[in-house]
Amino acid sequence: MNVTKNTEKDRLNFWEKLYLPEIARGLGLTLKQMFKPPMTRQYPEERWEPTGSYRGRPVLVLEEDGERCVACSLCSRVCPALAIEVQAAETTKEKERYPVKFEINMLRCIYCGFCEEVCPEEAIVMSKDYELVFTNQEDAILGKDKLLIPIAQLQDRLEFLRRYK
Amino acid sequence: MSSIIDLILGFLSEHIDALILLAKIGLIVNGLLMAAAYLVYFERKISAWAHNRIGPNRVGPLGLFQSFADVFKLYLKEDIIPTLADKKFHFIAPIISIGVAMAVYAVIPFGDSFMVGNKEIFLSVAPGINIGLLFVLSMSSVGVYGITLAGWSSNNKYSLLGGLRSAAQMISYELSMGLSLIGVLMLAGSLDLTTIVHAQSGGKWNIFLQPLAFIIFLVASFAETNRTPFDLPEAEPELVGGYHTEYSGMKFGLFFLAEYANMVTASAMMVLLFLGGWEMPGLYEALGLPAGSPLIAAVQFGVFVAKLVPILFFFIWVRWSLPRFRYDQLMNLGWKVMLPLALANIVITGIVMTILKHYGIM
Repeated sequence: MNVTKNTEKDRLNFWEKLYLPEIARGLGLTLKQMFKPPMTRQYPEERWEPTGSYRGRPVLVLEEDGERCVACSLCSRVCPALAIEVQAAETTKEKERYPVKFEINMLRCIYCGFCEEVCPEEAIVMSKDYELVFTNQEDAILGKDKLLIPIAQLQDRLEFLRRYK
Repeated sequence: MSSIIDLILGFLSEHIDALILLAKIGLIVNGLLMAAAYLVYFERKISAWAHNRIGPNRVGPLGLFQSFADVFKLYLKEDIIPTLADKKFHFIAPIISIGVAMAVYAVIPFGDSFMVGNKEIFLSVAPGINIGLLFVLSMSSVGVYGITLAGWSSNNKYSLLGGLRSAAQMISYELSMGLSLIGVLMLAGSLDLTTIVHAQSGGKWNIFLQPLAFIIFLVASFAETNRTPFDLPEAEPELVGGYHTEYSGMKFGLFFLAEYANMVTASAMMVLLFLGGWEMPGLYEALGLPAGSPLIAAVQFGVFVAKLVPILFFFIWVRWSLPRFRYDQLMNLGWKVMLPLALANIVITGIVMTILKHYGIM
C-alpha cells in the first residue's frame, strides 16, 4: 500500500505541536503591524484625485462656441448597455448637425469607454467623476445640462487620449 | 426644619453600613459596565491598528463615545423574539449571562481595607469571604447556562449548535482551569482571595512559582470567556452568530457586555492569583504612607488596574492574531494536553513543597 500520509501529526515538528512558540511568532507579527501607519483615507474629507487614465462618468466636451458633438449617434450604436440616446437636429454652424437631445442613463452605463473610443470628434470622453449617487431613477438619466463640461476641466483626459489612443 | 435634618442624619448614621454597601455595589456595577463599554472601544481600536486601519474616530474626540452610541443604538432597536422560541428561557438567558458575570465582582478585592475615622472600609463588596475563589469558579460555570439556554430556547439549529459547543467547551476547560489553581491554593493555603494576594507579597508572585499553572489558567480562561482561538460557540463563519443569532436589541447587547465583563473577570483573577494582585515590592515602603490610609488604598487600586490592563490588551491582541481552533483540536488540547499538565503541576508542586519543608526552607 502506497498511502501518503498527511495528517497533522506528521506535518508538524515538536515545537509546532507545542503551539506556544508559533503563537508567540504570530503575536509578534500582529504587534509589528500595530506600529505601522494606517492605510486609511478619511474619505469625505480626503478625496482621491484620479489620473487621466481613469474612466469615470462619460461627459460631453463643451468648447467656447458650444458642444463638439455632431450627433452622429456612433456612441449610441456602440454602447453595449444601450445607455445613450441621441436626437440630431440641423444648425447654421459649420458642423451643420448638433444633438438636440443627448441622454445617458447612468443606471445602464458600464463605464467601458467604447463611446469615447468610437467618437470621431473627441466629443464624448470619460471624466474623473466617480461620486455618482441618485435618489431616484429619473435623476440617473443625465441630459445635456449635466453632461456638458467645459473643455478646460477635461485636459487630463484629452491629453491621455492624444498620447495612448 | 432642623428636626428633618436630624431625622435624615439619624437615618444615615443608623444605616451607614448598608449605605456604604449600596454605594460600593453601584460603583462596581457602573464601573464594570463602563469598563466593558471601553473594552469594546479598545477592541475595535486595537483590531484597527493590527489591520493598519484607524478604527472608530467619528463619535467624540478620538471616537471615545463610540461605545455609548452603540449602546444607544441597541436600546432603540426592535426586540425580536422568534415565534417558535421558548419565550421564558429566551428572556432569562441574557439575564443569567450578565447577572453571573457581575455577581463574580462581589468577592473580588481591589486593595487592602482603609480606615475613615474609626470605620474600616474594604475595597470589595463582600470582604473576608473565605471561599472567594470557589465562588468565582462556581459562578463562571453558571455562566454557561446563560449561553446554553440562549442556544436552546432560540429554536434555531445554529444557536443550538453554539449552545452545545459552549457547554462541551466550558466543561472541558473548567477542569484544567480548576486543577491549575490547586498549586496556587497549596502555596497560599487559603481560598480567600485577599490571603492569596498577601501570600505573594515581596515579589513572590505565583507567575514565577507556578509558571505552568499560569499558562494553563491563561489558555483555559480564553476558552471560558469564549474568546478567539476558542470562540467556537460564536463562530460567525459557520454558525452565523452561534447562541446569539436570534437575539436583537439590548438582549444581544447584554450578551456582548457579559462577554467583556467575563474578560475583565478572567484578567482580574489572573492578577489576583498569579501577578500578586496589588502587591508591588518596594512601592508602598517608598511612598512612606501610613498603613490603612485611603491614599494607600488608592495606590493599591492603581497598581491593580495597571496589572489588569496589559492582560486585557493581551486578550484582544490574541483575538486579532490567531485563527479559531477546530472542534477536535479544541477537545484534544483540553483533555489530552491541558488536563495531564494540570495534574502534573499539582504533583510537582506537592513534591517540591514537601522537599522544601523537609529542609526547612518554607
